[in-house]
Amino acid sequence: MLGLIGKKLGMTQIFDEKGAPQGVTVIEVEPNLVVAQRTTEKDGYSAVVLGWGQIKASRRKKPVAGQFAEGLEPTRLLRELKGFEKECKTGDRIGVEAFAGVSWVDVIAVSKGKGFQGVVKRYHFSGGPKSHGSMVKREGGSTGQAHVKTLPGRKMAGRMGGERTTVQNLRLLRVDAEKGLLLVHGAVPGAPGTAVLVSRAKKKGLV
Amino acid sequence: MDKIKAIEAEYTRSDLPAFDSGDTLRVHYKIVEGKTERVQVFEGLCIARKRSGGRKTFTVRKISYGVGVERIFPLASPRIHKIEVMRHGKVRRAKLYYIRQRQGKSAKVEELIQKKEG
Repeated sequence: MLGLIGKKLGMTQIFDEKGAPQGVTVIEVEPNLVVAQRTTEKDGYSAVVLGWGQIKASRRKKPVAGQFAEGLEPTRLLRELKGFEKECKTGDRIGVEAFAGVSWVDVIAVSKGKGFQGVVKRYHFSGGPKSHGSMVKREGGSTGQAHVKTLPGRKMAGRMGGERTTVQNLRLLRVDAEKGLLLVHGAVPGAPGTAVLVSRAKKKGLV
Repeated sequence: MDKIKAIEAEYTRSDLPAFDSGDTLRVHYKIVEGKTERVQVFEGLCIARKRSGGRKTFTVRKISYGVGVERIFPLASPRIHKIEVMRHGKVRRAKLYYIRQRQGKSAKVEELIQKKEG
């Protein structure tokens, strides 16, 4: 799967060729470093390890730094992508031009943390009526039968957000190779500044 | 943020005249019907301008066959062919939403007579 790691910059609006406004998320992609390659002969599968972001020398941890071949600058983030479509070798830098001709993408990022939330916001429970003497407003309802323990996986209030979230099938409206930007239609998880993994849409085929 | 501003700058229209709420405008707007394109004119009072980066809009209100009609145009839209400012209005607020509750003469906006400089 063709993919790159970038940084979410924020949202804005552009106009398409018909003049219709489109809300877009701007993703900045500094050229990703090809850190390693997994091969079928050696590892049993084929993949490319991409590195993104700068990290201070003092913050590098040995287990991470050890994955980099000699002469490569360790990066902040590493992501392994199976079946990377582009030909590349260790040490190459891959920028947004790899996405030329791609029109649909999936985006993976860590969503914004929303704190401790109730079931209505967290799991879209419908809640109860708000008036007419209703005693049930935003409650989660029953958590099980009497004398039986509450089954694991029961949806309840708790921490929401701040977790890996995938958004599939977003249109890639523009690839700006000069500035290293990707313009993706619609919203993308995470706050501005979040590292995002943009890959070719899994469910759209090679278009 | 500068990179976002650079994208927004591509769509900024510098060819449009300066206007503000209270002004009477003629907005020439391109309309695509199937394959043909034509320009439609929407004339009315500008009752609001919203200013937010690359997403600036303005609202134009007119009375069409006794019914109030409002259209919101994105200021950066390439579909705006041109804007004519018919008259400047003398108003005391930025958003003229009170006009919606008025009818007849009280829904009028007085013309702004600009003093010559010097």
